[in-house]
Amino acid sequence: MSQGAKSETPDEPAAAGYVIEDAWRKLATTTPARIALGRAGTGLPTREVLRFALAHAQARDAVHTPFDSARMAQEIGALGFEIVEIASAAPARDAYLRRPDLGRRLSDASRALLSERAGGEVDLAIVVADGLSSTAIHAQAVPFLTAFKARMVEAGWSHAPIAIAAQARVALGDEVGELLKARAVVVLIGERPGLSSPDSLGLYLTFAPHVGLSDAQRNCISNVRGEGLSHDHAAFKLAWLIKEAMARRLTGVTLKDESDLLLVGGQPPALRLSAG
Amino acid sequence: MAYRHVVGPQAYVFADLKELMAKATPPRSGDMLAGVAAASAEENVAARMCLAEVPLAAFLSEVLVPYETDEVTRLIIDTHDAAAFRPIAHMNVGDFRDFLLSASATSEALAALAPGVTPEMAAAVSKLMRNQDLIIVAKKCRVVTRFRNTIGLPGTMAVRLQPNHPTDDPAGITASILDGLLYGCGDATIGINPASDSLPVLSELLKLTDDIIQRFDIPTQSCVLTHVTTSTEVINRGVPVDLVFQSVAGTETANASFGISLATLREGHEAALSLKRGTLGDNVMYFETGQGSALSANAHHGVDQQTLEARAYAVCRPFRPLLVNTVVGFIGPEYLYDGKQIIRAGLEDHFCGKLMGVPLGCDVCYTNHAEADQDDMDTLMTLLGAAGVTYIMGIPGSDDIMLNYQSTSFHDQLYLREVLGLKRAPEFEAWLQRMGITEPDGRLKLQRGNHPLLAAAPGLAA
Repeated sequence: MSQGAKSETPDEPAAAGYVIEDAWRKLATTTPARIALGRAGTGLPTREVLRFALAHAQARDAVHTPFDSARMAQEIGALGFEIVEIASAAPARDAYLRRPDLGRRLSDASRALLSERAGGEVDLAIVVADGLSSTAIHAQAVPFLTAFKARMVEAGWSHAPIAIAAQARVALGDEVGELLKARAVVVLIGERPGLSSPDSLGLYLTFAPHVGLSDAQRNCISNVRGEGLSHDHAAFKLAWLIKEAMARRLTGVTLKDESDLLLVGGQPPALRLSAG
Repeated sequence: MAYRHVVGPQAYVFADLKELMAKATPPRSGDMLAGVAAASAEENVAARMCLAEVPLAAFLSEVLVPYETDEVTRLIIDTHDAAAFRPIAHMNVGDFRDFLLSASATSEALAALAPGVTPEMAAAVSKLMRNQDLIIVAKKCRVVTRFRNTIGLPGTMAVRLQPNHPTDDPAGITASILDGLLYGCGDATIGINPASDSLPVLSELLKLTDDIIQRFDIPTQSCVLTHVTTSTEVINRGVPVDLVFQSVAGTETANASFGISLATLREGHEAALSLKRGTLGDNVMYFETGQGSALSANAHHGVDQQTLEARAYAVCRPFRPLLVNTVVGFIGPEYLYDGKQIIRAGLEDHFCGKLMGVPLGCDVCYTNHAEADQDDMDTLMTLLGAAGVTYIMGIPGSDDIMLNYQSTSFHDQLYLREVLGLKRAPEFEAWLQRMGITEPDGRLKLQRGNHPLLAAAPGLAA
C-alpha cells in the first residue's frame, strides 16, 4: 500500500507518494533538457535516478563495447566496397583512452598493409573508425555509406578501398590518406557519447592528408544519427564540402559550410544519377 | 639548479624545480601523457620530501616557464607583492603547509597574504597536502565579489544556472532558466554556453536573459560564454552584457591557442567596465580554466598540469573576476583518468585559487569516457561544499545536452544546502523569498502551476 504526503487540501500540488511533482511539467515539451523532474526531498525521484543511470550505462557501453571490425567489413563489403582492415598503435581500449597520440598513428602491420594495398592516385580515401563510440559506428556507418555512395557515383569520384580502423582517432586518417595517395580523406568516427546521444557519428574531411595536420585543417559534420542530422542530409553536406575542397584545394577553418543554401524545403536536393 | 633526495640506498636527483614539482605531483594521467610524472611511487614521495625543503623564495628566482618568452611568468614576477610575502618569506614549502594549517593562519592573515603567494608556491604546498588539508585551509580563505549580488560570504555557496541547448532555441533555454530559478538557482550567474558563434544569435541570447532578469528584478547577472573578442564586439553594438567570459590557461602559448593574450583580456575587461551595469560592485569578468589545457595545446613547457592550472589563476587575478571556474572533469581521461584523480584535482584547484585570492568555483563534472560516475560527483561536490567553494554549476538533471557531459544539477545544490547548511547570495536569497520560491529557511516552497515566473515561458502563460 502506498503511503505518502498526500495533499489534504485541493489547492496543494498533487503528490505521488513522497515525490513532489513540479507544477511546470508542460515546460518540458519545449526542450530535451531534463527539466521539471520533480523531487523526493532534495533528491531526484527514483524513476529519474534510474532513467539517468540507464542513459549513462548506454553511453559507457558505447565507449567500451568492442568494435566489431569483421562485421563492419562484411556489411560494408556487401555495399560493393573493397575493404582493408587496419588498427592504430593503441593495443587496447585502456591505452587508447590514456594515450590519444597512439590512436593517431597506425600500427606497424597496418602501415605495411596499406602500403601494399595502395594503387594509383585517387580522389578519396574513406576511413571507418570506432573513435569513442563503437555503438555509433555499428549503427550509422552502413546507412551513411549507402547514402554517400550514391553521391560519390553522382560526382564521379574515384576512391581507395575503405579502411576499417580499430582504436582510431580522427588524425589516423591523415596517415591512411597519405599512404593510399588520396586527394582528400573522409573519416567516419564514433563521437564522444553524450547522455542523450550515445550513437552519434562524426564526419571529418581533410584535403591533401599527411601526417602532422591539425584539427584546424579539417571540416567536421557532427551529430549524424536518427534524432540528429539524417544520413541523406549528412551525405549531401559532405559531398558539397568535398566539391568545394577539391575546387579550392583546402579544408579547414576557411572553408565554411554553406550547403544549407541549396536545401529545398529543408531537404537536400535529389540525386542526378543520369547527369553528366 | 639540481635537487637531490636520498631514501635508503637510493639517491633521487631532480634536474630543476620544474622536474621536482612534476615528480612531486599526486599521480594523474595527464602528467604521464606529458612524460613528466614520477617513475615510481617512491620517487613521487622522495620528490615531495625534497620539495618540502625548498625555500618559498626559490620560486621567485627559479621560474618554471622562461620569463623572457612568457608573459604569464612576467605577470607573476613583476606583480609579486613583496610586502604581503614578508610573513612567509623565511619559510620552506613544508613550513608553509604547517603554517597554513595552524591557528595563526586566520582568514584575515590569509587574505593579506594572497598577493604575496605565486601560483608556483600555491601549487607546491598543495602537493604536500592531503585532501583534508586542501579543504580546511581553503575554508579559511575569504574571497568576496560583487556585481548585482554578493558572492563568497562565509556560509554561502552560489550556483551558475547553465541552461544550454544544442540549437540555442530561445524557448528551450527559457524553459531551463525557469526550471532553475524555481529550484532556487542562478545567483552566481545565468550563464549560457552557446552552440553558435554568430553575433545575431549571441545578441538574442543576451537580450533573452537580460529581459528575464529585468522583468522579475532578479539580483543576478547574465553571461553568454563566448570568446572575449566576440563579447567586446557585441558590447560595441550596444547589446546588454553583464559579464565578459574567457577560457584562460597558464602559459602565453596556451593562451595564444585560445586566441588571447593579457592585452586582449584587458580590452575585454575595459569594455565590460565601461557599461557600468553592476549595481553592487564592478567584478565583471568570468573565467574558466582546467588542468590539462596547456598540454592539449602543446604549450606546457614540461611543467606539470596542476602547476600550470594555478598559473591560470594568476592570469585571472589582476582582472578582479566575479567568478572563476575550474571545469575539472571535462577534458577527458587522458588528463584526469578516473573519479579519484578528478576529485583530487578539484580540491587542489579550489585550494590554490582561494589561497591566491581568486573566487574559485568548480564545474564538478565528468565525460562518459572517463572512469567516473554520479557517486564520484556526489563525493567531490560534498567535499567542495565543506571547503567553502564559491559556486557550482546547476544543470537540468546533470545532463548538459549541448556540451555532452555531466555536471551538478539543480537538485544537487539543494542537497548540499540541506547537508551543509549553505545559503545563497543574500540578495538572491531575499528575492527567492519575495517571489515565494523558498521558505525563510531557504528550502523550496511547494509551487502551484501559476507561479508568476511561468508567464515568461513563450506560449505557456497561465
